[in-house]
Amino acid sequence: MSETAPAELVTLTIDGIEVSVPKGTTVIRAAESIGIAIPRFCDHPLLAPRGSCRMCLVEIPDAGNGRGFPAPQTSCTMAVAPGMVVQTQLTSPKAKAAQEGIMELLLINHPLDCPICDKGGECPLQNQAMSAGRAESRFDGVKRRYEKPVKITDRLLLDRERCVLCARCTRFAEEIAGDPFISLAERGAYQQVGSYPGEPFDSVFSGNVVQICPVGAFTAADYRFNARPFDLVSVDTTCEQCAAGCSLRADHRHGSLRRRLAGVNPEVNEEWNCDRGRFHLPLGATDDRPLTPLLKDGGAMREASWPEALAAAAAGLRKALKTGVLPGPRQTAENAAAFAAFARDTLGTPSIDYRVRVKDENQAAFLLEQVKGKALAESVQYRDLENAAKVVLVDFDPEADAPIVFLRLFKGLRKGLKVVAVAAEPSRTLAKLKAELVETLEDAALDENTIVLAGERCASETLRQIATSPARWAWIPNDVGAIGAIDAGCLPGEGGLDVERMLNASMALVVGDDAVEAGMGFTVRLSDLGDDAAGADVWLPVATVTEQSGTFLNWEHRRGSVGLIAKGRVPAAAEVLAHLAGLLAAPETAGSEAGEGIPDFEPAEGEEVSA
Amino acid sequence: MSVVPTPVLTANWGQERSWKLKKYLAGGGFKAAKKALGLSPEEVMGIVKDSGLRGRGGAGFPTGVKWSFVPQDNPNPKYLVVNADESEPGTCKDMPLLLASPHTLLEGIVISSYAIHCHTAFVYVRGEVAHVARRLQGAVAELYEAGWLGKDIQGSGFDLDIIVHSGAGAYICGEETALLDSLEGRRGQPRLRPPFPAVAGLYASPTVINNVESIATVPSILRNGAEWFQSMGTEKSKGFTIYSLSGHVANPGQYEAPLGTTFAELLELAGGIRAGHELKFFTPGGSSTPILTPADVDLPLDYEGMVGAGTMLGTKALQVFDETTSIVRTTLRWSEFYKHESCGKCTPCREGTWWLVQLLKKLEAGQGQEGDVDKLLAVCDDINGLSFCALAGGAVACVTSAVKHFRPEFELGYTTPAWEAYPYERSALFAGGAK
Ligand SMILES: Cc1cc2nc3c(=O)[nH]c(=O)nc-3n(C[C@H](O)[C@H](O)[C@H](O)COP(=O)(O)O)c2cc1C
Ligand code: SF4
Ligand code: SF4
Repeated sequence: MSETAPAELVTLTIDGIEVSVPKGTTVIRAAESIGIAIPRFCDHPLLAPRGSCRMCLVEIPDAGNGRGFPAPQTSCTMAVAPGMVVQTQLTSPKAKAAQEGIMELLLINHPLDCPICDKGGECPLQNQAMSAGRAESRFDGVKRRYEKPVKITDRLLLDRERCVLCARCTRFAEEIAGDPFISLAERGAYQQVGSYPGEPFDSVFSGNVVQICPVGAFTAADYRFNARPFDLVSVDTTCEQCAAGCSLRADHRHGSLRRRLAGVNPEVNEEWNCDRGRFHLPLGATDDRPLTPLLKDGGAMREASWPEALAAAAAGLRKALKTGVLPGPRQTAENAAAFAAFARDTLGTPSIDYRVRVKDENQAAFLLEQVKGKALAESVQYRDLENAAKVVLVDFDPEADAPIVFLRLFKGLRKGLKVVAVAAEPSRTLAKLKAELVETLEDAALDENTIVLAGERCASETLRQIATSPARWAWIPNDVGAIGAIDAGCLPGEGGLDVERMLNASMALVVGDDAVEAGMGFTVRLSDLGDDAAGADVWLPVATVTEQSGTFLNWEHRRGSVGLIAKGRVPAAAEVLAHLAGLLAAPETAGSEAGEGIPDFEPAEGEEVSA
Repeated sequence: MSVVPTPVLTANWGQERSWKLKKYLAGGGFKAAKKALGLSPEEVMGIVKDSGLRGRGGAGFPTGVKWSFVPQDNPNPKYLVVNADESEPGTCKDMPLLLASPHTLLEGIVISSYAIHCHTAFVYVRGEVAHVARRLQGAVAELYEAGWLGKDIQGSGFDLDIIVHSGAGAYICGEETALLDSLEGRRGQPRLRPPFPAVAGLYASPTVINNVESIATVPSILRNGAEWFQSMGTEKSKGFTIYSLSGHVANPGQYEAPLGTTFAELLELAGGIRAGHELKFFTPGGSSTPILTPADVDLPLDYEGMVGAGTMLGTKALQVFDETTSIVRTTLRWSEFYKHESCGKCTPCREGTWWLVQLLKKLEAGQGQEGDVDKLLAVCDDINGLSFCALAGGAVACVTSAVKHFRPEFELGYTTPAWEAYPYERSALFAGGAK
């Protein structure tokens, strides 16, 4: 990891408390570091300072040079200085009065419709109006009014009258996402956020504006009027949409997932996520989906009890001459380990492959040799990308394949990062990264100051070339479970068949993912999506990602925990495999009584799911 | 007492087709530029510094000192940007100068650019005055043709291009950093400082921004010397300037006189208050400068004199109002201007001007309530000094100074519409308003 040298410290006094912070720190951050919260709207630690809402005014009786400022100053734009004396609202009546004045002004054109606003209950304006405002407004005039809401995109609605014009959203779009398609327009009190005609806010990160809007101006169309924050229970989890490993906050009400927000994880996604992770809500305990096992009976599928279905699965596997396991690329590390153990210990087969298809014969060998078991410490990390001199992209589209990787690269540009892409054609993403396009890997001149990011499509021959170059490198798969599956050993070993060969051989298969096609022989399918049961002889519903806890390993080999939202009616894949293993280990008995001892997972009628 | 006008900048305004290069050259034009190109840039800067010339755009910062802030070791190009946005209510000196004698400014730009090692200069003209922009463009074209612009000016080896840029009509674009954003093609809103324009201004390069009059004064200083310039004006406010008198005066217009001239002296030049009327109040330098009253007519109109009187010299735009004028109505009109021109970036200005207008409207209509005048002042207090840029300070100054001098008239707004107390037609200058 490229750590920067420890920064020079500056000592100042805030509300009588001496504090030392790195040079260049703003007063508002310095105050935060000793637990003093100065109210703010436009300020955001990850956005460039703007100083426009004026909420964070503090008194500075001594700027460090013996002289003070005659009027309160914005602490979000003021850099600390040695010997500086700062008085916040806690110790300066002048600062307090200034903040109260600004708050009153902010509210004169605000509708105060908190009871019907999505943000009510978690709103920085509401909260700070209580903590930093006066109890009563002296304004008895006419408020600005707008037609509401404006549809910015299919996903985003804007209620302009609630907006405090802090420009967090527009700065996010421009500075963080590189998609400057929303902007402030008009002037004075009629200033408003708008998008350009014919240029929609086309961004895979658009949902973040809902989260950083300090009022209820930007709302998500899906979530609008869907819940009140104080009725929601939050669960920390890790996103299952790609291998980026974003921390998420999943909010549910009685087990029903209502929304997902970016979680705070400075090492990975900072405070952002992408629209896939935010708006694609995985199924869970309260969603309708088939939850009863199915058995093939005379050519057609019919419902069966768990004991009967498991017994049939065991019987089919026992009968098979050859067996294989296809866990799929979306399993938690725990489930992947269970599939691996099932193949190794129960079926005794070397044929296991997490992949859905194989384009490259030698890929498995490379992954086993070069990717499997890598420790986080030896892996390239997000932080390295941000501070790198040069990053080379090989068969990897950061915005599509792992969007948060794109955000780090985009951030790195400001620190002098140069992006090179081995690509035949320019793209919008590459243009945003100001990437230099080269034709071959040789043209990319890999040296020890280079980091290579290779995507899943990258041929193993190229991967080997990269791995033997002086550059540091990382392989970034598309799917969330890939690294965990590789680490667990879900790849064909000595004498094992890969997924394509297994699907084309007459062998019995245990399949863990709906995306894996049907094979030729007896197939037991564990399904979390409730998709089509065709192509299975025994179809077993298993828990979705929200119905179990576990771990995902992202492309950095960093562990991210999967938070349980609510247990559903069906077990996790690992649990099903354990029962199946138990059956297969027992001496063969006749008929379906073999299922004895297996619980029927159907819960009693009306059983509460945990909230 | 009386003052002798000192026409320097305005000397040629009365000539037939005074804006043509031929005329300007015939009157000694570009002699100063020729002289400057024979000196070193540092010498030119030294002369302007020595003259004591201070910015005529409002703040009065010493021009030569401003130039010396440009870091010459910065590898980026250096830019000179002339602020011709002139939008402050009452201010009308730069536009007439540009119409009557654009070459005075352009010669000033050649000299000033040379002094700061600038090879591309811009003139940012307010959007509403297409005719001024056209005249300026015509003058620039004449200079290219005459070899006073372009490559190797007059064989001196000095290259300079001048670009005339029209704004889109926003007062805030006169604020220097908003101007830079606008010039770069963005929405004109003030920038966070630091960095200051001298270090990272236009296109993040070292930039000097000066008012039209400041730069237009430079040729006369080069021609006549710093001492000549210093011989006029007061101790800390050297030289001459254009005072613009408008409103209820007999002969409104531009009056060029040494700094420190009093309002009484200027009134004398302008033929006094319109016949049969008397002075009620005036602004020393546009609507953003706190108003003054008849008690202040003998104060020297220079930078220190005005600060001493609790106001500012500003743009030296003396808006004159006689006893027929409703101060409430006047203040409301100014406030409406600021509300309309507030860029919206910061809360106190954006929301405060919205509120002030509503309060003043009630007072104008005689529908104010007991306590509204105090509320007006309280709102001003919540804006003043807390905004992002200086626009809001102006928006507040006109209100607080008006209440300070004429509080009873504002309180009359609790009962009586301003149009009844001060029938508006009596204030009109042209429609039979004069007695
Ligand atoms: C709201 C606002 C409007 C301004 N408008 C103008 C203007 O129209 N012309 C001008 O020269 N300066 C204007 N200024 C002052 C400029 O910011 C700047 O100080 C000036 O151009 C510097 O030139 P000088 O040093 O030659 O005076 C304005 C300032 C503010 C805050
Ligand atoms: S919509 Fe929200 S984030 Fe955007 S400017 Fe308005 S208040 Fe700020
Ligand atoms: S004071 Fe604020 S809102 Fe007003 S013009 Fe300046 S930056 Fe814009």
